[in-house]
Amino acid sequence: MKLTDADRAMLDGHGGKARQKAMELLVRYAEALGAERFVDTNNVAGVPGSYSPLLLNYYQATAENAYDIVYSRFDLDSDEVVQVPRVDVHSCHLQGGIDPENWQTLGAKPESLQMSLDSENAAAGHGIRILKTCTPYLAGNVPVQGEHCAWMESSAVVYCNSVLGARTNTEGRESTSAAMLTGRIPDWGFHRDEYRHASHHIQVEVPVADLMDWGMLGYFVGAAVGERIPVLTGRFGAPELIHHKHFGAAAASSGGVEMYHLVGVTPEAPSLQAALGPNSRPEIIAYGTEQRRRTYEELNSRASDRAVDYVMLGCPHAALEQIEEICRLLSGRTIHSNCQLWIFTSRAVRALADARGYSRIIRESGGALITDTCSAIAQAIPPGTRVVALDSAKQTHYLPAIMGIQAWFGSTRDCIEAALTGRWNGVLR
Amino acid sequence: MSSGTITLHGRKVVGGSAEGEALVTHDTISGWGGVNPMSGTIIETRHELRGQSFKDRILVFPGAKGSSGWSAVFHMTRLTGTSPRAMLFNEMTTKIALGAVVMRVPSLTDFDRDPLTVIETGDWVRVDADRGLVEVTKAAARKVS
Repeated sequence: MKLTDADRAMLDGHGGKARQKAMELLVRYAEALGAERFVDTNNVAGVPGSYSPLLLNYYQATAENAYDIVYSRFDLDSDEVVQVPRVDVHSCHLQGGIDPENWQTLGAKPESLQMSLDSENAAAGHGIRILKTCTPYLAGNVPVQGEHCAWMESSAVVYCNSVLGARTNTEGRESTSAAMLTGRIPDWGFHRDEYRHASHHIQVEVPVADLMDWGMLGYFVGAAVGERIPVLTGRFGAPELIHHKHFGAAAASSGGVEMYHLVGVTPEAPSLQAALGPNSRPEIIAYGTEQRRRTYEELNSRASDRAVDYVMLGCPHAALEQIEEICRLLSGRTIHSNCQLWIFTSRAVRALADARGYSRIIRESGGALITDTCSAIAQAIPPGTRVVALDSAKQTHYLPAIMGIQAWFGSTRDCIEAALTGRWNGVLR
Repeated sequence: MSSGTITLHGRKVVGGSAEGEALVTHDTISGWGGVNPMSGTIIETRHELRGQSFKDRILVFPGAKGSSGWSAVFHMTRLTGTSPRAMLFNEMTTKIALGAVVMRVPSLTDFDRDPLTVIETGDWVRVDADRGLVEVTKAAARKVS
């Protein structure tokens, strides 16, 4: 590897023990990748130093020393515990932990809440911005085109590369925590121009209009291209932010898509040729009526029982306009006595929802607007849940596998109808 | 399949050596939401290894997919003692590179022959990652000997 003088100084311990351990980990990681150098980053999103009972128990940590111990041993993969300094790289904390306002709804114990608050306070005290969301781009962290980032969260990574034209690989907890201390990340993959061209051309032959359409298309594309980069042409008009959010999240779940191009829409795809670059012979894949129907059936293959006892919305975390739509669909009605409605969002968006009265509308209908986490991350569902209804292909991919429950997938309207009636009546329109 | 020993050459991702019985899948693997790190079991709904554990096996697979929690979940398997003994894979990604590094198991990629066509579940596999060597004894040959 070609290390700079500053890299070597950190490796030699001139920036302190923690930066030394961080650089050691980054060098092991870069060598595993086959990277030749690091690139500077001043925008890092991760889950630094987060505790769990398992980690605290394994490392025999107490509330007083847990941040240093967990950050050293788990995040930096160091056998030695070092004192972790305040970050001087712009760093934020993604989703995780427990909503301090709705912890009882989530079924959390008071000691779990306390642990989550201790962990959060320690990170905040070290200069980490506590966004507690999978959608940092809806909570004040919006990278500019070309900016080198080091982000976790596959749905945020694909948004960062594709929609914003900023540059990040799908980093992990350990690499982001190391980058927060060093401001360095391997110059590999999406940081490099030659890596950002499409290899697969998806020809979209059906109109793609609403959130459900975009989720299905994303789920299809991820399964079709795996970890490759797709470019899409066809009748998709101008997608809104939330359509990108659901498309990318789905493609990053059924496959490993970290970047996509929509010709005429995303910043690095002014034309098909520009998106493909030197790849003159892309693999061509059609998405027509048949592929759309099969994707819908695949997403609904995880349920058979039409009695729905839980509706979960907000994966990735809901934007304000989605909460607004949910309130409109509820239109003053009360959700069914056998059903629970939980909507997940960021603290930033909930503050806006509070100010506009949406949180009250949801509460009065019998639902809850919850921050910080989601059912899959928190592994929290209402007690006795057997069947969930979802408007997110990503959550449909994960939640049944993680919680052992049935899941229906449909539109936000289908889901709200299920919450109001306790029955699933979703159809492919 | 042929009996006897087959040798593959690859690029070191993480050094060290190990041997054990192969667990092979042609499906990519999700870490977070795809693996239970308490048991090393694959939990993804439609995965061909669903319900099987990679604990103490030589895991042979195309590569990683899904959540950025990949490295942390595989890191946890080191803590719970359910890691595979080695990893052999084709597709390099940041998820798998970081996961292999923090799991600290010998790992190789960039092979001269596709391990997915050479190695089958149940074969005995010796991995010397520092030298980039994989030695495969077919299950059929093991039964005879």
